[in-house]
Amino acid sequence: MAEPVRLTTPLKDEDVEKLKIGDKVLLNGVIYTARDAAHKRLFDLVNEGKELPIEIKGQIVYYVGPSPAKPGQSIGSAGPTTSCRMDSYAPKLMALGLKGMIGKGMRNQEVIEAMKKYKAVYFGATGGAAALIAKTIKKAEVVAYEDLGPEAIHRLEVEDFPVVLINDIYGNDLYEEGVKRYRIED
Amino acid sequence: MREVPIDKIIEVVRGLFIAANTQLGQDIVEALDRALEKEESPIGKEVLVELKENAEIARREEVPICQDTGLAVLFVDLGQDVHIVGGDFIEAVNEGVRRGYQEGYLRKSACHPFSRKNTGDNTPAIIHVNIVPGDRIKIAVVPKGGGSENMSRVAMLTPAVGAKGVIDYVVQTVEESGPNPCPPLVVGVGIGGSLEKATLMAKRSLLRPLDSQNPDPELAKMEEEILSRVNKLGIGPQGYGGRITALGVHIEMAPCHIASLPVAVNIQCHAARHKEAVI
Repeated sequence: MAEPVRLTTPLKDEDVEKLKIGDKVLLNGVIYTARDAAHKRLFDLVNEGKELPIEIKGQIVYYVGPSPAKPGQSIGSAGPTTSCRMDSYAPKLMALGLKGMIGKGMRNQEVIEAMKKYKAVYFGATGGAAALIAKTIKKAEVVAYEDLGPEAIHRLEVEDFPVVLINDIYGNDLYEEGVKRYRIED
Repeated sequence: MREVPIDKIIEVVRGLFIAANTQLGQDIVEALDRALEKEESPIGKEVLVELKENAEIARREEVPICQDTGLAVLFVDLGQDVHIVGGDFIEAVNEGVRRGYQEGYLRKSACHPFSRKNTGDNTPAIIHVNIVPGDRIKIAVVPKGGGSENMSRVAMLTPAVGAKGVIDYVVQTVEESGPNPCPPLVVGVGIGGSLEKATLMAKRSLLRPLDSQNPDPELAKMEEEILSRVNKLGIGPQGYGGRITALGVHIEMAPCHIASLPVAVNIQCHAARHKEAVI
């Protein structure tokens, strides 16, 4: 594989313009967690025209509900959850300036179109590598919706958080291309 | 009658859930090694290496393999000569789950279907009890993650489609699940029985060690055929494209109604977590 690309948040257009599907990317800086319940709340705030509890511009949202931290850990195991459950919320957040999403699994056409329109990308983290991924999360704190437990929004400080680019801003999809390349017809 | 105090059941269930969530089975570790030899995709290989490293960290540090530590599913073979004393058996199992998830730093994922309010302790457990001869209790725990469970399916096929129809349905289910259930997968298949029996067999088949052969030669052959077809789909590790979409296929079968051909596909991620103990 080619050398990984290192990126630091917040991301700019130039950062995402150069990325292509299959790129190995190491993320640095701050990323925010949010999954089903937090997305619903953020979405409601946007619809009501209210301010969000986090600055979304240039940021990356990680779809994760970590396991509880053991004493001495900054966070418990923290691998990605299935992204499609956030599809109905994602375009609105991209319209507000969200630049990246981290999860696993397919996105719908609407999300892929929004990525092209707003210059945002979708990264895959390795599902099931939750203990390994947690090693790259140096600090974690809840910044909103503490009542949601593992679904609360956490601010994570990450160092070389490993992801693979699944959807770029040009409409390409690693899942589709990967299958095309390796499929054997009977 | 052999007496078994509920305290023993609580302790065993607690320990099994912690072990299942932190220790990847040796059969899986070996299957990942074999998969690494066969995988051609560079990115697919990298994923397999990550999964191996992850398992080592989880075991060494006693942390969950995956943050989704699952709903608590159990299969219990209860010897008919066992007398459970000191309290309610089902409540004892739930108490074991409660303690395991709390004291093992496991994520609690059980919630109300509509309000989505978390039950707070990962109970109620889903407990399947089978009465068997003898004076022992065999408890197998299967913490089941949501991502792979969501891609699982059951169908009542027309008997005329036969074995080929069943195989096609299983392959199609895996194909449609794509990257979502975190491949490489273990695919559990239940054929026959009734609607719920097929589903139960599919789940129970996941308890079988990955390197074991199905005792029924016809089913062993069918498992091989499904595995070969699934691994031609090209989905690969994490769905990034590759040769290894599944590590194994397990089938259980039972007689069904003359009008029916039920088939259930229980998709499992690579970790295929399960641990068992005999009391």
